[in-house]
Amino acid sequence: MTETTDPYAAFASTRDTTEGKVFTVTGQDWDTVVAGLGEEPEERVVVNMGPQHPSTHGVLRLILELEGETVTEARCGIGYLHTGIEKNMEYRSWTQGVTFCTRMDYLSPFYNEAAYSLAVERLLGIEDEIPEKATVMRVLLMELNRISSHLVCIATGGMEIGALTVMTIGFREREMTLDLFELITGLRMNHAFIRPGGVAQDLPPGALDKIREYITWMNKHLPEYADLCNANPIFKARLQDVGYLDLAGCMALGLSGPVVRSTGYALDLRKTQPYCGYETYDFDVPTWDSSDAYGRFRVRLQEMHESLKIVEQCADRLEKMDGQPVMVADKKIAWPSQLAVGSDGMGNSLDHIKHIMGESMEALIHHFKLVTEGFRVPAGQTYVALESPRGELGCHLVSDGGTKPYRAHFRDPSFANLQATSVMSEGGMVADVIVAIASIDPVMGGVDR
Amino acid sequence: MGLEEQLPAGVLLSTVEGLLGYMRKASLWPAIFGLACCAIEMMTTGAPRYDAARFGMEVFRASPRQADLMIVAGRVSQKMAPVLRQIYDQMPNPKWVLAMGVCASSGGMFNNYAIVQGVDHVVPVDMYLPGCPPRPEMLLDAFLKLHDNIQHSKLGAHKKALQAEQEAAALTAAPTIEMKGLLR
Amino acid sequence: MSEHQPENLPATSPAGDAQAPRAEVIDQRQGMFGVRGSGDTSGFGGLRRQVALPGATPKPYGSWFDAAVERLEGLTGDASIEKVVVDRNELTLHIRRENLVEVCKHLRDDEALRFEFCSGVSGVHYPHETGRELHAVYHFLSITHNRRIRLEVSAPDADPHIPSIVSVYPANDWHERETWDFFGIVFDGHPALTRIEMPDDWPGHPQRKDYPLGGIDVEYKGAVIPPPDTRRSYN
Repeated sequence: MTETTDPYAAFASTRDTTEGKVFTVTGQDWDTVVAGLGEEPEERVVVNMGPQHPSTHGVLRLILELEGETVTEARCGIGYLHTGIEKNMEYRSWTQGVTFCTRMDYLSPFYNEAAYSLAVERLLGIEDEIPEKATVMRVLLMELNRISSHLVCIATGGMEIGALTVMTIGFREREMTLDLFELITGLRMNHAFIRPGGVAQDLPPGALDKIREYITWMNKHLPEYADLCNANPIFKARLQDVGYLDLAGCMALGLSGPVVRSTGYALDLRKTQPYCGYETYDFDVPTWDSSDAYGRFRVRLQEMHESLKIVEQCADRLEKMDGQPVMVADKKIAWPSQLAVGSDGMGNSLDHIKHIMGESMEALIHHFKLVTEGFRVPAGQTYVALESPRGELGCHLVSDGGTKPYRAHFRDPSFANLQATSVMSEGGMVADVIVAIASIDPVMGGVDR
Repeated sequence: MGLEEQLPAGVLLSTVEGLLGYMRKASLWPAIFGLACCAIEMMTTGAPRYDAARFGMEVFRASPRQADLMIVAGRVSQKMAPVLRQIYDQMPNPKWVLAMGVCASSGGMFNNYAIVQGVDHVVPVDMYLPGCPPRPEMLLDAFLKLHDNIQHSKLGAHKKALQAEQEAAALTAAPTIEMKGLLR
Repeated sequence: MSEHQPENLPATSPAGDAQAPRAEVIDQRQGMFGVRGSGDTSGFGGLRRQVALPGATPKPYGSWFDAAVERLEGLTGDASIEKVVVDRNELTLHIRRENLVEVCKHLRDDEALRFEFCSGVSGVHYPHETGRELHAVYHFLSITHNRRIRLEVSAPDADPHIPSIVSVYPANDWHERETWDFFGIVFDGHPALTRIEMPDDWPGHPQRKDYPLGGIDVEYKGAVIPPPDTRRSYN
């Protein structure tokens, strides 16, 4: 069959293994594949939904053993997006580490940055000295990120089951969120904005008005998703009773996030182990009781509304904080420069240049040392966990007293949650595998790092 | 008179190239090869605000057999490189490759063991698009430049002559590191 | 202020009677810039810096740590806990690798401990700590009591075996595979210890300190910038 013309014969050709014949299907006629199956049409077929596939949320390889349409075994092959970010961070200063870790889970970059920055701040011992405005801005950006991440989950989930309108409206709303990100941080994605010590820059003028417009827009448009999907019989038929995993299963497999909340248990680190002042905000933790994909969808929808409530509270607080600093006061840690858009593009603001060149020698020295060497973090290790849109995102940071992380490891929620694929898919149909994975909402950048 | 004015210049000089280029660039169907963050920006380019559908490019084909353009969007790891090559090989001619983002163009910020330092190590690239990630407008600009390239690409004997010329130039060209003395 | 705040929020300030851990020197770095033989004539080559990680904390540990450690020692015996470190409000127990599975069972099952949620394993490679180079760090969360604990297990490079706790915490499956993939720590008893992130036939274990970053020189016109691990860098 594939012996003669297969260019990949060196890697995999037809062969007999202890499990049976293995065929490499590289685009030849399906008839020739089936002809080789032999007399037993009920044989199990191992299908590889390879890393390039429209419906596996990114480069995820699914190895499914099928009996007819039923999945008897499902395994995940990951690592196709492994970037070596953790090792790369060991060769960069503490502040530069933010630009690396932000690209791990690329749909919720602020969470990566916040977990890392909180861990660095805990190692530095400056947790109490982070200015309040910086903390409120962090919460604002994180909750906006939660909304945009859930929108992508719902949009791509809808696309994967064929509901393309959900995708177009999801991305329309996401564009409004990205506009806000661009206004505040300068970038649409992968902003290296939350840094150890605070945030990179102050809110630009007019940002609060834009945030309020955004809240009004979202309050008007978020119910569209509910109207489109919640009672839709096809949607319910595709999602209900798919990917069932009860609370005991979740705990055993170390799952967190909307998957656990869909079982009825309100496990949310923002409430149980609050960070960044979350205990002072008024919001609920939505749960559902069906432990299936539909429950997770409803939980995510409701979480977007809750996040919007938090965004509104943040905007109220920020209104009273005009002019407050956004970086820690200690000049030996605070990132020195302020960026501004000038006639030749974006660069250091002229005020800052005037200050360091003309006014203060200490400021020049601080700027130089911080940018070239970076600050030193006392030795030790710490683990800081946040509630990212997918679950518990933890950062385990080890410092040896130097200017670079000795070891930075991220416990990514997608990595842990994806282990449940086998449990959720085996016994179901192939189409349900897609829905189950979409309901876990893995982001392969976080899984592979 | 009206129809001839609307056709691109050069048709009157009877170049089939112009006509064929015009046909080929008109509705390039991309193959899904979204890997990482750039894939999200690629998806937003297909989404309502930036609308790749006005170029006929909103149908991302799942099967490479039906695609013309492979947009490598994101970082290509060592594990993914053979898969990339296999998908490229499965695309029928004529095909083009657009390396979207710095990770696809040159390895980007990830200069390490795990990332292929530029997908041109694996597949021939027609358009490099820098950015981390590039804005949707930048991707649309890359599309338009690629359309321009396709419009003016040569065929048949002209193409062979061009390739021979480029190969000769590349063989005698100095490597990047030898190009000194440019600052003065 | 929402009414749903749990009462057992973790302490945010150090308990009054906690003591600082003694420093434990693991390495000595020479010179300001890490790379050797660069012809550095700046005079910073004479700098000596000791790398000292937090060592054992003397009793009492403060807040809930004392009760938990006593409880665990009562269940497993004194010998399993090598060292207790309380640093930055976090409790780290260094466990002997032979006792790891038993300790984890007690952590999960005992009423007073009840650490149901395992956040995963993280490997750390300390090449200069001869005899204890490879560390596997486990983080646990007790949802019932709302607190976190860290276990640290060491193994030498010559014998990189650590028992697997997948039988106690199935959540650790992929995490242990990842730690094997990146550090070469063999988890005995793991159902399927294979590479997970790197290609299946990749040689070496990338995140070890003796494995190079693997970057290439970036070529410019007339100049080259070496990859970050071979450049001069601050020690």
